[in-house]
Amino acid sequence: MTMDEEIRDILAEHAKLPVDISTLGDTDDLFRAGMTSHASVNVMLALEEQFDIEFPEAMLRKGTFESVAAIARAIGTLVNTSTGQGR
Amino acid sequence: MSQVRVGVDLVSVEDVDRSVLRFGDRYLRRVYTDHEIASCQGPPRVTAAGLAARFAAKEAAVKVLRPSGPRPDWRSIEVRRHDDGWCGLELRGRAARLAEEAGLRSIAVSLSHEGDMAGAVVVALAAEEDAKP
Repeated sequence: MTMDEEIRDILAEHAKLPVDISTLGDTDDLFRAGMTSHASVNVMLALEEQFDIEFPEAMLRKGTFESVAAIARAIGTLVNTSTGQGR
Repeated sequence: MSQVRVGVDLVSVEDVDRSVLRFGDRYLRRVYTDHEIASCQGPPRVTAAGLAARFAAKEAAVKVLRPSGPRPDWRSIEVRRHDDGWCGLELRGRAARLAEEAGLRSIAVSLSHEGDMAGAVVVALAAEEDAKP
């Protein structure tokens, strides 16, 4: 399973979107699609669980969770930082 | 003369109840302070209603603080419950800095819940000479 597929599975379970996640493109705005702030907390916690990461306060902005592509970028940054590849 | 800022937010009590069940302590400790968790002790539905109102208060406060970059950590915005039952807001860290930068001199909160919905209103006042849009 690719990272995008894992992200989409988590969004399907936790984002409480009123539309099927498969109908949204990678850059479509999840908040405009109906994801609430509280649902984004659940998405964040599920992503941390799945990818063994922790989102720091500096990444707690709407932009981090606004789309599948934005989430993938954020995870990539955190994974690279924790493995030292981003230095 | 003063400038007024208002923020309001609504949260589903059932959603919070589900988050507590699914993520447990990790959810609680990431979002709420020790004082907030202690203030919401009771049967699960009562706890969820109290937590949902507090989450709404944090989101309403963010609308008042209007961060242009990263938003403040949820735990830096604390709902303090007074012995007589009314609540106030205490800001720390980035939330306190944002309030200071905006010239906010006074901030107040009111919480409510009914059925599956909990809500909060936050009002802040800034002296006009300090207020930044």
